[in-house]
Amino acid sequence: MRRLRSLPPRYWLVLVVVLFFVGLPTVVPSFQSSEWAQVLIFAIVIMGLNILVGFSGQISLGHGALMALGAYTSAILIHRYHMDYLVTIPIAGLLTGAVGFLLGIPALRLSALYLALATFALAVVTPSLIKRPADLTGGVRGILIAAPDPPQFAKDAFGAVTGGSAMTSDQWLYYVSLMIAILLFWFAWNLVRNRPGRAMRAIRDREVAAAASGINIAGYKTLAFGISAFYAGIAGALYGLTSGFVSPDSFPLALSFQLLVGTVIGGLASIAGPLIGGTFTFWLPIVSSQFVGSQPWIPTQIASTFKDAGPAVTYGALLILIMIFAPNGIAGLLASGYAYLRRRLLGAADRKSGHMPPDPQTV
Amino acid sequence: MQEFIQLLVSGLANGGIFASLALALVLIYNAMGLVNFAQGEMAMFATFIAFTLIGRGFNYWIAFPLTLVIAFAGGVLIERVVIRPVERAPVLTLVIVTLGLATLVNGTAGFLFGYEPRVFPSPFSVRTVNIIGAFVSYRDLGVIATSAVVLVLIYVLLQRTTLGLTMRAAAHHPEASRLLGVRVSWMLALGWGLASAVGALSGIMVAPVLVLEPNLMQTIIIYAFAAAVLGGIESPLGAVVGGLIVGVTVNLAGAYIPFVGGDLQLAVALAIIVGVLVIKPNGLFGRASVRNV
Amino acid sequence: MAKTGSRIAAIAAFLVTFAACGGSAGPTVATDVGITSNGILLGTTIALSGVAASYGTIASAENAYFTYINNQGGVNGRKITFKILDDVYAPPTAVTLTKQLVEQDQVFAMFSGLGTQTQTSVRDYLNSKKVPQLFVATGATTFDADFGKPSPADSSIKWNYTIGWQPPYQGESRIYAKDILANHSTAKIGVLYQNDDYGQDYLKGLTDGLGSNSSMIIDKESFDATSPNVTSQLVKLHASGADTLFVFAIPTPTITALATVTALHWKPQIYINSVSSVASYMKFAESKGAFIDGATSVGYIKDPTDPQWANDDGMKLYKTVIANCSTCDANNGFNIYGVAVAYTMVDVLKQAGTNMTRANVMSIAANQLNENNPFLLPNVVVKTSSTDHFPIMQEQVIQWSAHAWHLQGSIIDERGTIK
Repeated sequence: MRRLRSLPPRYWLVLVVVLFFVGLPTVVPSFQSSEWAQVLIFAIVIMGLNILVGFSGQISLGHGALMALGAYTSAILIHRYHMDYLVTIPIAGLLTGAVGFLLGIPALRLSALYLALATFALAVVTPSLIKRPADLTGGVRGILIAAPDPPQFAKDAFGAVTGGSAMTSDQWLYYVSLMIAILLFWFAWNLVRNRPGRAMRAIRDREVAAAASGINIAGYKTLAFGISAFYAGIAGALYGLTSGFVSPDSFPLALSFQLLVGTVIGGLASIAGPLIGGTFTFWLPIVSSQFVGSQPWIPTQIASTFKDAGPAVTYGALLILIMIFAPNGIAGLLASGYAYLRRRLLGAADRKSGHMPPDPQTV
Repeated sequence: MQEFIQLLVSGLANGGIFASLALALVLIYNAMGLVNFAQGEMAMFATFIAFTLIGRGFNYWIAFPLTLVIAFAGGVLIERVVIRPVERAPVLTLVIVTLGLATLVNGTAGFLFGYEPRVFPSPFSVRTVNIIGAFVSYRDLGVIATSAVVLVLIYVLLQRTTLGLTMRAAAHHPEASRLLGVRVSWMLALGWGLASAVGALSGIMVAPVLVLEPNLMQTIIIYAFAAAVLGGIESPLGAVVGGLIVGVTVNLAGAYIPFVGGDLQLAVALAIIVGVLVIKPNGLFGRASVRNV
Repeated sequence: MAKTGSRIAAIAAFLVTFAACGGSAGPTVATDVGITSNGILLGTTIALSGVAASYGTIASAENAYFTYINNQGGVNGRKITFKILDDVYAPPTAVTLTKQLVEQDQVFAMFSGLGTQTQTSVRDYLNSKKVPQLFVATGATTFDADFGKPSPADSSIKWNYTIGWQPPYQGESRIYAKDILANHSTAKIGVLYQNDDYGQDYLKGLTDGLGSNSSMIIDKESFDATSPNVTSQLVKLHASGADTLFVFAIPTPTITALATVTALHWKPQIYINSVSSVASYMKFAESKGAFIDGATSVGYIKDPTDPQWANDDGMKLYKTVIANCSTCDANNGFNIYGVAVAYTMVDVLKQAGTNMTRANVMSIAANQLNENNPFLLPNVVVKTSSTDHFPIMQEQVIQWSAHAWHLQGSIIDERGTIK
């Protein structure tokens, strides 16, 4: 009991967040479950991207391409080989992870800037590459994926909790995404807390010193690439399932860019960051084009300008502002805000134990 | 054979386009050791400014230099407002900021000017000239010629003037330069201003050859990156030579390699980028630098 | 409000009288989701920003027509509200926004969604929920040809709530094929096509239309949005010895292609697809040195920049209507397209009368259209029947000369040729 009570507040926060997400589909309309499922899907990619960019310091502007690989792997297995959709998800993840690991090898030779450039070019060429093997990928017609029926046990559980409503496919896919997100979150958390995480951070901060300490730079860097690709592949498969369709235009350059933006805005090298980033990545275009316009208290001129300008302008401006004023992203802002409050309220040191508050960046 | 020569000549013409934008990239790199992802968008925006001026009745020959001045001022302004706060931040931050800038400028251009394709005038005629059996238009030649002139100017600036030396010193050794009294920050701003002006020139030359619209430079910038990387990211000569090589290679690959075909030409640029960076990171004309621990 | 009330009273009175006369079952009075006593809610997703944003004006033009109709009292007393959302041409966004429009905004029907991939991505969903996907803004043949067919992903979903409007791309290129076989039977054809559903659909129509003569196509070169330009493709086509060139590309690459053809000192017989053949784009190409006299295309809509329609009633109506949209350029061919398809939408709603259910509206759109549209060329009829779900299948050949398109011959009917 004492251990429970002395858990840092962030554990309670995690519990609250998990409960919120578990309960969400029971109270909101079905299509919103589909929307929040996409938030979780983006959060998964961003978790992976975070490991790569935030913890091991390598930039990737091409994770949209990796998502595409995962999505198409899953879609092709379902459509051509009639595999069960749930089975295709880990397969998509593993295949994409392997490809990511292989991509990490030439990436070792590229400095940060050039890696950004190379992955940027990869993201741009991805839709064209998808169209090429048209027999396999369906080319420009894409591949349609049937909306899976929820299994009986899920329907029963859902009906019991909500007093009889039938569980829709969107809601079921939401729960699938949520379970996977929680699992992958736990995995990432462990990775970051233990040796691989420390090694990556050492590489990120002072590569030469890390090498001098005997850390296998090449190994960890390619591992980071592989893991982040694994996450992207799984998220890609889920992305295809929730949309019910994969096509070359589903993975434009803008997607890769949005993912990086989400990672940074959520907060690099933070654990909560991906969820914030995923929320932001998904909701921003919708908010900027619809929400602003529908609020009566915003003058029409501003609202219609906002709406007509399109999400690109808001993205760009927000990105710049956040990098200038809050380089640790929103998670960083929240963490420093919390630390600040704590210091004000409790004094610099914790009164009972005399310990200084922990560094908000470590776990 | 005729086909081959035409492809070659047209490839050189394409290459001129890539070279003109690559020169701006090289200038930024010389000023701050960073590649500016927003270079193409800034060039496009400046071209739209020229378009608006001409639409308001300004003579082309007045709008042209006026736009270059505006672009220069714009570049300086952007550096002061957007880049300066993150000047000393890690590379990742800067990359993201320039990406954000690219998105912002592109979206703003679309918002202000619309997405309809526009006609943009050129001092060069559309007529073609016959070069060893292949045809190339005066406009294409104009792009190459302008790039060559800009190349010379940049080379002279960077290698033969004190200002250029100061700029390069500020980029490579900011701390030491500060100790020597160099206003590093303003060197950076100057570099951005010049790059922006060069980009504007590129846009003004290229828009008549293609079509003026907000997405004008979206794919060109990648080919320009390939050109800059191939030529050596620091070398203006490399940018032009690299541009011409990329232009020709992309054309020939598209025509003669069935896997590439007409629709995977960008993959060739990607291959060039990755290939050069992995095999000879300094490109054709770059100099190897030693990284101090 | 009083007016509406009295209208409903009048309808009710009519119904009672009709029923009392013992006639056959009177007109049904029914409503559905998205229909209120004085309103009809329609929704769409279209690219308003990003790469395909130039199409966005179509939705604004459609809204301009709805505004015009609303100003006249609406359709049977109901005003149309048209909710337009930006899907940035990306299928996942289109799916999300469509689900929102259907489940949260509760639209009556989706109207004129734009983009082949985007509309394909929502087709199964809309059909499974029996929400009409009306008059999609794409010429992809599948939206007409595959009416009623089951989805390959889930055979329990039948596509009978989806219908196109504009002539399918394949139908258009079949007309080109006919023209070639009739007038240039020894032509050596080269095709420049965009490597996406658009270009590939056109190419298929041409190949199918030529039938056993498809070997007349001696070379085809594709390009992509990421290609730097179309020069190398055109060089190859020229070198292949082709004397006829088809350009299946959207406006911007079409313009540069035409300029490049002339720059290469090549003078083939040129065929330009109808989306890109808008007169302003042709003049643009000419300003870049393109020589396109004698180029052929087809049209089915009146071109706002064509002086022969200056006094035409339909064109005058268009100019009145488009004034409702402050951001629309009246000379833009996309805008008259928007007004024309909105006209058909209103026509369907009017025909539905008091039976404003999704099923009835869909049935009218897919089976009972027979409309003379003032914005389409004379004699082009918007028509559907239980065996034919291709609303517009007539076009007329046009030829470019003296900086304008000129109608040639008479309307060509392609009805029944695509199965």
